[in-house]
Amino acid sequence: MDPIHQFEIKKFFPIFHIGSTEIAFTNSALFMLFALLVISLLMIGATRSRALVPGRMQALAEMSYEFVATTLRSSAGTEGMKFFPLVFSLFMFILAVNLIGLIPYAFTVTSHIIITVSLALLVFLTVVVYGFRKHGLHFFKLFVPSGIPIYILPLVTFIEVLSFLSRPISHSVRLFANMLAGHITLKVFGGFVVMLGSLGFLGWLGAVLPLGLTVALTALELLVAFLQAYVFAILTCIYLNDAIHPGH
Amino acid sequence: MDPIAAKYIGAGIACIGMGGAGVGVGSIFGHYLAAALRNPSAAQGQFGNLIFGFAVTEALGIFSLLIALLLLFAL
Repeated sequence: MDPIHQFEIKKFFPIFHIGSTEIAFTNSALFMLFALLVISLLMIGATRSRALVPGRMQALAEMSYEFVATTLRSSAGTEGMKFFPLVFSLFMFILAVNLIGLIPYAFTVTSHIIITVSLALLVFLTVVVYGFRKHGLHFFKLFVPSGIPIYILPLVTFIEVLSFLSRPISHSVRLFANMLAGHITLKVFGGFVVMLGSLGFLGWLGAVLPLGLTVALTALELLVAFLQAYVFAILTCIYLNDAIHPGH
Repeated sequence: MDPIAAKYIGAGIACIGMGGAGVGVGSIFGHYLAAALRNPSAAQGQFGNLIFGFAVTEALGIFSLLIALLLLFAL
């Protein structure tokens, strides 16, 4: 009844070796491929017969496109639309992976910090590289807000630099910890049902309460799975906006 | 003190930090709702800001939860 047993990485077969490090096909890789398959089937299938009046599948694909496009346009402007493929891929991947993880016995890929850190560093490096390529040294204006009295400017700049550098940490830990905590909570309440159920008839009566709570928590986790994907996407948009328009 | 007991007590103390995040998130949504009822037509445009403020505030609570989880399972 260990609540973190579900996050165990299982090795299926080794692929190749780098030095003494083994690169293996794991259940994490399997579920990532599965998420990729689901997204591809959904998007390719929905856009195969492009009708003027969309059917159910096409409406779903159009809604997700419009949703991400509106978010990106409102926070990074029309110039930000060149990053639409990145933001849309991130949003759809995290959403699919989070939702697949809610299926019982499925593995939640985003509950491992290495995955979320990779995604967050991808965004962070994109911002830094694009910012320096487009604006050169003017990118540093991001750290010096205008209209600040000169005597507190060093302090504000220091805080801005610190908050910029801590972005990939908070960006990744938020998604990781939300998924981890949600799934642990579900398993703990599921464990209560089993523990009470083993007590006999009175235990069965008592087990109704945690069982109902598990159902309610699953509904909450559905909301969290969507919300965290949205939060990851909108923070990506806001960080990209800093790279496109660095001056405050 | 028994180190195992100290670990569990530390995890419990770390969870106090989530109360602060709870106050913050409640304040954000409360103020959003109050403002949205005063001017419903402007509410939809501020939804992104709402989620952004929520995410930034929630992260701090998540950090303390993370410390608790690390104490319980990882260290």
